Amino acid sequence: MAPVRDRRTGFSRRRQYGVFLGYVLAVAGVVVGAALLVLSAFEPPLFAGLRMAAATITTPVSSVLAAGGRAVAGVPAAIGDHFAVHARNREMTAQLKAQAQVLTRARVIAYDNRRLRALLALRDRMQTPVVTARLVSSTATSGRRFALLNAGHFAGVRPGMPVLGPTGLVGRIVETGPNAARVLLVVDPESIVPVRRTRDGAPAIAAGRGDGSLDIRSVYTTNLRFRPGDLFVTSGTGGLYAPGVPVARVMRPGTDTVAARPFSTPDTLDFATVEQPFMPIPVEPGR
Amino acid sequence: MTSPAVARPFAEPMSPRRARAVPWASVAAASALTAVPVIASVPLMPPAGLLMLLGWRLLARFSLRPWAAAPLGFWDDLVSGQPLGSAVLLWSLCFIAIETVENRMVFRAFWHDWLIAGAASALCLVGGRLIAVPWAAPLGALLAAQVVATVLCFPLAARAVAWIDRRRGPHA
Repeated sequence: MAPVRDRRTGFSRRRQYGVFLGYVLAVAGVVVGAALLVLSAFEPPLFAGLRMAAATITTPVSSVLAAGGRAVAGVPAAIGDHFAVHARNREMTAQLKAQAQVLTRARVIAYDNRRLRALLALRDRMQTPVVTARLVSSTATSGRRFALLNAGHFAGVRPGMPVLGPTGLVGRIVETGPNAARVLLVVDPESIVPVRRTRDGAPAIAAGRGDGSLDIRSVYTTNLRFRPGDLFVTSGTGGLYAPGVPVARVMRPGTDTVAARPFSTPDTLDFATVEQPFMPIPVEPGR
Repeated sequence: MTSPAVARPFAEPMSPRRARAVPWASVAAASALTAVPVIASVPLMPPAGLLMLLGWRLLARFSLRPWAAAPLGFWDDLVSGQPLGSAVLLWSLCFIAIETVENRMVFRAFWHDWLIAGAASALCLVGGRLIAVPWAAPLGALLAAQVVATVLCFPLAARAVAWIDRRRGPHA
């Protein structure tokens, strides 16, 4: 390509100053960017309002696109169901028969559990869902793992509320707008969830790695051995997440720190439930 | 392929104001592509806004002002999930870097543009990752994959830019 020789400004002072000002502003852009970065590093919620204003516009668009995607994705499933319905029916009848006995035992255990808890005078906190909505988009280009939920503070969603998927913990709300909320997913590199092992209750921390998996870190000083298939659920420590929500499954053996796969891989097909924080957030004195 | 000017020789050219606004709008729209309804558990999507910006800057030099990177980066930060200021800083740096390269490398083919855009987008992705994510987080392989995807997507962005630029008319 031939060089563009219109860098020359001629004798017009106005044009010369205009070009010069352009370059000054370009350098000023760098300075402003650096200043904004410092501000957002020290005061992350400072720009939440601006971000959520943008999300207020993009979330309805994503919601409509997601609904269209679901309709399209539903077509093959509907066709498959139509042809596989008899086989599926036989399979499920057999499964039901096999599980009848387990169900009876579970009912007995649940009854026992209720009775024993009543004897212990344990007061359970009832988890009441705030709203059930869909995750509609995510930060697919950035290293941070945020998703946008299509319900905001009009629906009662507030920062700090945990978000649950059908199979496990999805994350928690960090910013809310009128019709949208930003969810910090558990796989985000800055997300930390206190967990315990289902087998023996060993406490650990599930920290996101940013590559779709989690690190399970032991909080014991003695070295804790992890086995593949170890299940980790929220422990309730810290009072944000209710205890007993599935978080991650360990993939390979290790000690102290191992990689684990999260239970919930959120997508736009499933619902996400926003719940109240397990313990009410304490009000600062003087407010 | 015939240009629209040849296909419709008596059509009104795009008004100058609109012709100036179109590059801005296209970059902003490309940034907003993060609104596609996908919940990504790994960051692999190429930054479309950055690719469009580099496309405009390299293929149609005077379509954007030298300072356009900062406001467009501000919008990108609002929708990308990066800490606010990261694209403002990195995109502005890219513009300044391209300006200096342009002074040295006067005769350029598309390959050179591709190389420059690849280097600029790698800088932005690596810089953005260092800014956004704790340094201990293991992201090397994923980041490399995203850089490769981004570099491979630049010709598409260049095509889009050329297509829009043709419709802006010869005098824009």
